[in-house]
Amino acid sequence: MDHKIGVYIDTGYGIGEALDIEALCTVATGEFSVPVCRAESYWNEPDKLAIIRNDIAGEGLTAVLIAGPSPRVHQDAFKFDGTIVERANLREHVVWCQPPNHEDTQMLAEDYIRMWIVKTSKYEDRPPFMEETSKDILVIGGGMTGMTAALEAAAAGYQVYLVEKEPQLGGWANKYAKVFTGKPPYTELTDSPVQEKIAAVNKSDKIKVFAGHRVFRISGAPGMFDVIVRADGPWIEKLDTAQNEWLAAKKAREAAGGAAGEKKEAEGEPTEPEVPDDPSEFAHEVVRVGSVVLAAGWRPEEPQNAEHLGYGTLPDVITNVQLEELAAKGKITRPSDGKEVSSIAFIECMGPEVEHPLLYGSNVSSLVALKQAQYLRKSNPDGKAFVFYNNMRTPGQYEVFYQAMQDDPGVFLSKGIPTGVASAASGLAVDVKDTLLGEQLRVNVDLVVLSTGMVPVTKDAAVLNLKYRQGPFLPENPYGFNDSHFICFPYETQRTGIYTAGCVRQPMDFQSCETDATGAALKAIQCMELVAQGKAVHPRAGDESFPEIFVTRCTQCKRCTEECPFGAYDEQPNGTPMPNPTRCRRCAICMGSCPERIISFRDHSVDMIGSMVKAMSVPDEYAEKPRVVVFICENDAYPVLDMAGMHRLQYSAFVRFIPLRCLGNINMVWIADALSKGIDGIMLIGCKYGDDYQCHFVKGSELAEYRMGKISETLQRLVLESDRINVQQLAIDEYYKLPGIINDFIELLSGFDPNPYKGF
Amino acid sequence: MAGQKTVLVVGGGISGITAAVEAAEAGCKVILVERLPYLGGRVAQLNKYFPKLCPPTCGLEINFRRIRRNPDITVYTLAEVERIAGKPGAYTASIKISPRYVEDHTATSKCVEDCPVEIPNDFNYGMDKTKAVSLPYEMAYPMNLVANGDALNKVKDTPGFKSFVESCTKKGIRIDLEAKAETIDVEVDSVVWATGWRPYDATKLEKLGFGTCANVITNVMMERLAAANGPTRGEIVRPSDGKKVNNLAFVQCAGSRDRNHLPYCSSICCLASLKQATYLRDYNPEAQAQIFYIDLRAHGRFEFFFDRVTKDDKIILTKGKIVNVTEDPVTKDVILEGEDILSGQKIRRTFDMAVLATGMQPNTSVEKIPGPGVTYDDFGFVVSATGIHGAGVTKRPMDVGTCLQDATGAALKALQDTVGR
Repeated sequence: MDHKIGVYIDTGYGIGEALDIEALCTVATGEFSVPVCRAESYWNEPDKLAIIRNDIAGEGLTAVLIAGPSPRVHQDAFKFDGTIVERANLREHVVWCQPPNHEDTQMLAEDYIRMWIVKTSKYEDRPPFMEETSKDILVIGGGMTGMTAALEAAAAGYQVYLVEKEPQLGGWANKYAKVFTGKPPYTELTDSPVQEKIAAVNKSDKIKVFAGHRVFRISGAPGMFDVIVRADGPWIEKLDTAQNEWLAAKKAREAAGGAAGEKKEAEGEPTEPEVPDDPSEFAHEVVRVGSVVLAAGWRPEEPQNAEHLGYGTLPDVITNVQLEELAAKGKITRPSDGKEVSSIAFIECMGPEVEHPLLYGSNVSSLVALKQAQYLRKSNPDGKAFVFYNNMRTPGQYEVFYQAMQDDPGVFLSKGIPTGVASAASGLAVDVKDTLLGEQLRVNVDLVVLSTGMVPVTKDAAVLNLKYRQGPFLPENPYGFNDSHFICFPYETQRTGIYTAGCVRQPMDFQSCETDATGAALKAIQCMELVAQGKAVHPRAGDESFPEIFVTRCTQCKRCTEECPFGAYDEQPNGTPMPNPTRCRRCAICMGSCPERIISFRDHSVDMIGSMVKAMSVPDEYAEKPRVVVFICENDAYPVLDMAGMHRLQYSAFVRFIPLRCLGNINMVWIADALSKGIDGIMLIGCKYGDDYQCHFVKGSELAEYRMGKISETLQRLVLESDRINVQQLAIDEYYKLPGIINDFIELLSGFDPNPYKGF
Repeated sequence: MAGQKTVLVVGGGISGITAAVEAAEAGCKVILVERLPYLGGRVAQLNKYFPKLCPPTCGLEINFRRIRRNPDITVYTLAEVERIAGKPGAYTASIKISPRYVEDHTATSKCVEDCPVEIPNDFNYGMDKTKAVSLPYEMAYPMNLVANGDALNKVKDTPGFKSFVESCTKKGIRIDLEAKAETIDVEVDSVVWATGWRPYDATKLEKLGFGTCANVITNVMMERLAAANGPTRGEIVRPSDGKKVNNLAFVQCAGSRDRNHLPYCSSICCLASLKQATYLRDYNPEAQAQIFYIDLRAHGRFEFFFDRVTKDDKIILTKGKIVNVTEDPVTKDVILEGEDILSGQKIRRTFDMAVLATGMQPNTSVEKIPGPGVTYDDFGFVVSATGIHGAGVTKRPMDVGTCLQDATGAALKALQDTVGR
């Protein structure tokens, strides 16, 4: 598309004093013949904006390039309906980090004018992706979390389908005798609120309940998920097995294959788990929904390494889940002989040798022990409860409940590690060491209660059953939970439109489950609303661009389908990718993965970035002015550059920065473009990766590093040194490291001959 | 959704920002009100988040971008909500907006280095000074200078100040000490209150030496001390003499879990101290950190973080209650006294510096919500579930991730207020 571009150079902020503005204008009007180029100070001022608007109307501009301060400021000022706006950064990236009125500073600014005019000229005109979408929500799990999500979404006016595997709603909450509610005065237990909630769900005309049902399959994408709901039955076990086997095989292949991205499926390996039944052969319902809340909850973890505590051999050694069921019946009686219990030892910590005694439990296990101690004290005023813990964990106002229990003379609370439980004359003898009451202690009790962990159901059961090329599950976070790995964005899973809530995320109490469910319901609503407008969700919320594939040139290499962190691509029978635009988060990692360069966005393409590289002016080898292209992540590295500028940190003027949507957006062809133009070195600056990755698109920076590891072939072909490519990880607050990184690389390059391709 | 409805979010910390952007991206108009001159609140002053040890500005940047590109969010800084009347679906709120006293085109502190007046730097908890005209921090949103009117008014007739004003004008920065506060009234459908917390006043902990011992600081100060943009540029050194800290003590439950101060558990201090111990170990590989705790509360999956940190044998955990902190008058070393809970033995140990893990006190315990129908618990946390919606630490002590879940939920509560009215 041919654009009429107006270039507006800002002379404020010291730019006018540090650069030859006339020469900059000559680049725009001379080299590129733009119809309008003006230089004024502070284009964000209303009277200056009026000039731009006037030019848009009078000259018929289709695009405006502001060359001035960082695009991170005045974003709201530079909005002109229907006109493309681009921003070249002459402030933070030029005059604030370079000496004024220097030949190299001027060359840097002129290159940015060239590169950004070219960038602007490459915008395509494409409408956003709009299809008819559903604004109904699927909630999986009819426990407290799922019911809360359903009710809260319904209260905002949305239709909900609620699928619960048991014949009745309520989940675990049905089995609780009493609950701690987290409400003042914090010292009392209350009846489980579950019946109230079930009644509200049943009363709601916005919620359709599928009790005794499971999700057989979810296919499609946000705004257009098709869900097959099927009555519970033995089929689910077959599905569990098929998925677990498939996952184990996939993991084994990955372990053998090595690093990320190297997950090429061997010939004939199944890309999806086998599905036992064909939906045409069983009764089912299909519902179309826009988004999904996954609230499948937890199951108790069988106590591990608890043989020395008599678990499994002594009938009166039970778990806290079993005690809950006993207490719900009224008086607490002993499993062995039915005698009413008058003393209980609660054991929170199985032993020091178990690294994670309660991997899945430590959020609430202390509270459960205290609660159950109160059951005994209320049902039997002479009863005695011993609670042995490693760390008493009663966060927030729950501390007040703990304090109240400390004041109860029938409750003995102590740090302590149990060393053994044995049969004694009138019950059980519990040996505990390292207590507050002495080094060794023996108590005789009627019952021993062990804390159990809360394992997320999704750990090994088929729940979502996604029909996605990348598999039927939500990718887990590094801790094994179905949660986002972002502290700042806890709902952002790697499957767009699917939000988790409650104990699939981590063990939590009722209050937290309800809060979490409400938040997940909001995200589900938000996703449907944005998708209906053809807009992206987090972290590029509102972005109307989406990837388009020129499929006829596709070689079925499958890199895009495999590398997309969000599983946006499925596969056509012929092996070409099948995009699902509403699953897409617009990171453009697929664009970087594609060796055929056939994936593009309307405002971002392989050609656009490649053309920016080629637009640079590269001095000849005798000028002793090397050139380096630095591809940077726009999310974190770009602000780093801005902050370096704000602090007036100075670094080499030989570098040219090109921001990408994510470092994983890097396409190898740009490296070849740069090298064959005579660029001396290429640097990539992205986010930290690894277990505690900071990449907003999960694995973009890691993929970039991986791709650069494969560049050696290109370098060998060009007979160039491999050190000309440099990849750096930089956190957003490490601006002070930037000059060192840049200058060290320039220094390193000075040890090489100039790139021999200059001038070709 | 029929017609766009408006949500007022009060408090521009991480909870308020989240409630605002989540509600706006779900289709509401949002007015976000923050008392300070910038958004970000307490997390902007943190060096790193546990458990990933990543910089909070990384997530803030994304959130600021969400605000910048969303025309449905209006932000007022230096603003306070003075009064709210009405009911869900129909509230009126009065917002008082104080002047910045300076207008610029997004300048930086470097642009006003010649300002002749210095004031204590609140962003660094008073550990250094800043110019009376400055950008609060590099990532500030809005990215505009702010002036301290009181400090400048004292010197407004001096030649130094006049020439400073002149030099500013040349840089496109206009200083106007005559600017006045204004009050605006807004009609909104729903209100989310997320005014967050303040660190418990450590001077009230008389025996723990804060304010009397030079090298006793609080955990929030430790965040600034470790930050590259902090008062020491990230050098973890003693306030008394600038000496590198080799031997650091953390005193847990400084105020929290104490019936005389904050009876509740602040939930995050154990993890914060574990995190801060890693700051010291990264900065000074020779250094040692000792954490004195009652219970080490690493809940849920934070237990992985606890494991990782405590693998370091130079991070020592001692189950003990510190009851008295004094200093050596000559060396300014800090002397901790207390009891080892397990052995029952007395503790008396000397450290280069001590960090008090002070707890979180809800701002609503001091400044109540000026609106109808809000109820509080004994500690000042909001407990009412209808009407004005609390979000984040306004409701209970919580870590950042939990605040965000809570604030996202509050956004839905706000959305519900706008439905069918």
